[in-house]
Amino acid sequence: MSYLTHASRAEAFNLDHERTSWHDETLWFVRQKRDKAVYAVPEFQELRNLASAIKDHTLSRLDEYLAQFEAAAQTNGVRVHWAADAAEHNAIVLDIIRARGATRVVKSKSMLTEECHLNPYLIKEGIEVIDTDLGERIIQMRDEPPSHIVLPAIHLKKEDVGATFFKHLGTAEGLTDPQQLTEAARQHLRAKFLAGEVALTGVNFAIAETGSVVVCTNEGNADLGVSLAPVHVASMGIEKLIPRLSDLGVFTRLLARSATGQPVTTYTSHYTKPMPGREMHIIIVDNERTQQLGRPDFRASLKCIRCGACMNTCPVYRRSGGHSYDFTVPGPIGSILSPNIDLKKHSTLPFASTLCGSCTDVCPVKIDIHVQLYKWRQIVSEANHLPTAKKIGLKFMGRLLASPTAFKLSGSFGRRALRLLPYGLTHNQTVNAWAIARELPEPPQQSFREWFAQQPQPAT
Amino acid sequence: MKVALFVPCYVDQFYPQVGIATYQLLGKLGVQAAFPAAQTCCGQPLANSGCEREALPIYKHFVDTFQDYDYTVVPSGSCVYHVQKHFDKLEQTPAVQHVRATTIDLIDFITNILEIKELPGSYPHKVGLHLSCHGQRGLHQANESEMTPVRDGQLRRLLAGLGGIELTELDRNDECCGFGGTFCVSEAAISGRMGHDRVQDHVRNGTQVLTGGDMSCLMHLQGIVRRQKLPLQVLHAAEILNGLTS
Repeated sequence: MSYLTHASRAEAFNLDHERTSWHDETLWFVRQKRDKAVYAVPEFQELRNLASAIKDHTLSRLDEYLAQFEAAAQTNGVRVHWAADAAEHNAIVLDIIRARGATRVVKSKSMLTEECHLNPYLIKEGIEVIDTDLGERIIQMRDEPPSHIVLPAIHLKKEDVGATFFKHLGTAEGLTDPQQLTEAARQHLRAKFLAGEVALTGVNFAIAETGSVVVCTNEGNADLGVSLAPVHVASMGIEKLIPRLSDLGVFTRLLARSATGQPVTTYTSHYTKPMPGREMHIIIVDNERTQQLGRPDFRASLKCIRCGACMNTCPVYRRSGGHSYDFTVPGPIGSILSPNIDLKKHSTLPFASTLCGSCTDVCPVKIDIHVQLYKWRQIVSEANHLPTAKKIGLKFMGRLLASPTAFKLSGSFGRRALRLLPYGLTHNQTVNAWAIARELPEPPQQSFREWFAQQPQPAT
Repeated sequence: MKVALFVPCYVDQFYPQVGIATYQLLGKLGVQAAFPAAQTCCGQPLANSGCEREALPIYKHFVDTFQDYDYTVVPSGSCVYHVQKHFDKLEQTPAVQHVRATTIDLIDFITNILEIKELPGSYPHKVGLHLSCHGQRGLHQANESEMTPVRDGQLRRLLAGLGGIELTELDRNDECCGFGGTFCVSEAAISGRMGHDRVQDHVRNGTQVLTGGDMSCLMHLQGIVRRQKLPLQVLHAAEILNGLTS
């Protein structure tokens, strides 16, 4: 089976020059907000070091912390479920819904349920699932996946949202005023909240010591859903754990600043035990995370707290859009998580980077993202997933560059060819991708080494 | 002090004037550099493409060529970063460790080994500085906007000390140019777009001479400047510093 490459999807995205500029500038604006918030905290780098160390420590004894968390949650009266993969997770959610005889589910933002493709699964089973995060709701109406993990509808302009709401919510045609559009969504969602029988949430942090889960939102939609519905189901990956409640402050200080430049998310909700007469469930999901934990070079990717800073800073992401990655988590972090899931399908993602390193420098938990991209490239190549022409060319180049004589000869031949061949041939864009946007360097008469050989050499 | 000059493969072939400027500049600063003729490449083009294993013979050849020198000076932070960072794949013999520790970027060498903080001369032009990611984020030759709002760095300081020079203040001080080695052809659309945006930042803010410490970024940006027929001159920093008249 062959897959579309990141490059081909990125090229399609780039056909609309103005829209690409808009997308780039919108996300750069978020990156600048992040910078301002970071510069204002003198101990920010210290916080990054702490967060990184806490996560490293937690991952090093994840089994113990998971057991501690489960026991504490059970003591709180929470039902804890374990899911090895997406299918198990989805089946557990459905069982909980069915056991209550429920059909109406409200869901706050959760990248894990996106990863598990929970929505289509539940809908097929006759359950109504409503995403209550505004961005998520917009793309749900449009039947699109999120293009960013924090700003799921960032690829859409207000005109696009107006057209979507005109179609699905009956707002006036051509309405583009953000406040009016938001109000329309608010009214629509209010009815769904009131009717919700089961509330699903993701989890930002799970605290081993207390057995509680913490959910960060800006819209308060997790709170509203959970407060109104008699059943709360929180889905979390095994890597969401932190040891103690006192560790949480390190992460809440980093998360919102890195994500959107806010000092803290508007709502940081702690869920510890069900209200009297109600149910609370936590589903702990592996779905290939243990496999990643077993890869020493890539283990650190599990430290991710899903702030999205690496997307906002990535010059490639900003100009290719989240959908070009064709994976639940796009951008640099997605490009080191996805090969763990399906190396062949996602083989071009580690190459969708210039390795500029900005992702690593903004990462609040100090994941060495660009180093891992480089390492995944080696694995893609070893697994023979490089395009054949590229592989042959690189092998040839390897032999050439290990031999001074071959290097010298081919260099002088190449320069002469470049001088003699007609422009239309050297700059043919079908065979020479360099020439699509750029001129080739003008080939000089002499290489440096040829020049040097003619210089009078000082006595040594 | 025994100093070797490593002229990156593409500089040797396409930009000999950058190698010449580096060689002559070092001479003016009192360093008679040798040019070991057996040198080829650092292996980065292969390794970044996923063929690190195929690059190992190139690494070994590089170490063999330069192990007898106190410093190996390179007019390209990118190659230096590769030698320092990725030659960890070789068995760490004393020779390998020595070469990794002493392969150094030209501007870094001038600033920190020769301890020259200012060069005499004037350069009455508006100069836009392109920071190479490997030099900046990799070798820490300049501050990073991810960490601090202060725009500072080795080359910026050297240039700022020249008479009559005006440095361009860019909207985005340190965004990647989009060259990225084989990225420039495997992701041609994004690479071209990134380069276009970088050049436009310079045009918008009045750059007359676009310079930097890494010719690979500049080769890409120059290709775009020439395609779009923009009135910008692209020069490696060594060319500016070597051509100074006081």
